Amino acid sequence: MRAIETAATPARPLQWQQAHVVEIVVETSRVKSLLLRVASWQRHLPGQHVDIRLTAEDGYQAQRSYSIASPPEDELFALTVERVENGEVSPYLVGDLRAGDRFEVRGPIGGYFVWTVEAGGPLCLIAGGSGIAPLMAMLRHRDRRKVHIPASLLYSSRSLDDVIYRNELDTMTRCDTNLRVVYTLTRKQPEGWLGPRRRIDKALLAEACYSPDQNPKIFVCGPTSLVEEVARMLVELEHEPQTIKTERFGPSGA
Amino acid sequence: MSKSPISRGFKSRRQETPKGRLPPGQYVTTDFPVLSAGPTPQIKVENWTFALELGEAIVGEWNWAEFEALPQATIKTDIHCVTKWSKLDTTWQGVTFDNLLKAVGLAGPPAPYIMVHCDGAYTTNVPVADLIDGQGMIATRYEGLPILPVHGGPARLLVPHLYFWKSGKWVRRLRFMEKDERGFWESLGYHNYGDPWKEQRYEGD
Repeated sequence: MRAIETAATPARPLQWQQAHVVEIVVETSRVKSLLLRVASWQRHLPGQHVDIRLTAEDGYQAQRSYSIASPPEDELFALTVERVENGEVSPYLVGDLRAGDRFEVRGPIGGYFVWTVEAGGPLCLIAGGSGIAPLMAMLRHRDRRKVHIPASLLYSSRSLDDVIYRNELDTMTRCDTNLRVVYTLTRKQPEGWLGPRRRIDKALLAEACYSPDQNPKIFVCGPTSLVEEVARMLVELEHEPQTIKTERFGPSGA
Repeated sequence: MSKSPISRGFKSRRQETPKGRLPPGQYVTTDFPVLSAGPTPQIKVENWTFALELGEAIVGEWNWAEFEALPQATIKTDIHCVTKWSKLDTTWQGVTFDNLLKAVGLAGPPAPYIMVHCDGAYTTNVPVADLIDGQGMIATRYEGLPILPVHGGPARLLVPHLYFWKSGKWVRRLRFMEKDERGFWESLGYHNYGDPWKEQRYEGD
């Protein structure tokens, strides 16, 4: 690679690079975070994703995309992976991968579903299940930069045990009055649960999100059905469609 | 480049795919994943129009009934999304790009590039050479039924030999251009052309 490149230089291909698994964090019964080190990693923007490639002993390779859950300020970068039953890649990443292992990554990728503190706020995040991952990169970035831009997270999970990053989110909100986190638990609630216990509806959106006249930057990520519903309701609540950025995790994310 | 490290214990769980059907890095899915950057526009066919444009001039415009009256064609094809899934043997019905040109009395394409303009401000650029000779259509039916809004209904572009982001959902205008310009994803790090068989996913690939 030449040391000096001009603007006229054609785009450099995104190379496959080796990622070393430094640590694996158990997030929930079905979700783990992989903390990775890559030798020369281009700094990502919160919300971007990477492609990963696994190679089997017989040479077979499989690629998948995963959102980056860590902020650009952290030394290691984190992917949060949910085990998809009958999947090909996620059961391996969640079940078999160990610290010290290596696989390939390529990225960062995507320039639309991204937010930095420079973009300002208020920041309005809506997540379903493991769709929290790219939104967590945004909240962690906001936290590391200590810029207390008003931010809200409405996060739908099946049960309290399925809430990913719960301790970290609770710690963030305790230290920061400009951050509001609302969990809604759709299937099972602990005894004495005072929070919402239903799928995200218009009332919940109106209550937990900023209003259109506050010009929020809105990011929605989760399963397709949730994202479709939430985006539709946000438009009905008179948010400008252009202000609503979505990322859908299809049922075959595997 | 260094050798790919082996992931011990990792095995293919892939179903056998007929040889030559799957571009590199893709896997077959049987469902139909949805990917879009914003809310799904809800467009009533009564309010729908479609136009062909050359520079600032409109060279053809149709409402829904007029568009439905154009000669219909069927394309059975595999589709390949840049996010790695491929779907085999999908059937689409609509109006081919060739028939659109015929309908407005053009003997041939008046410019070499197309910008595809869609509801929700989405754009994508495609060379005309990839749309002619039955390669591209404005599709209005999928597997015999009206295309659902999440999949781009009432009408989407279909240019199946390129990654599927080129097949813009909710298409409303095709604009001929003398010079190639980049569309939405093409300006955000994705490949300008997007040939799945050459794995042209991102800029520089």
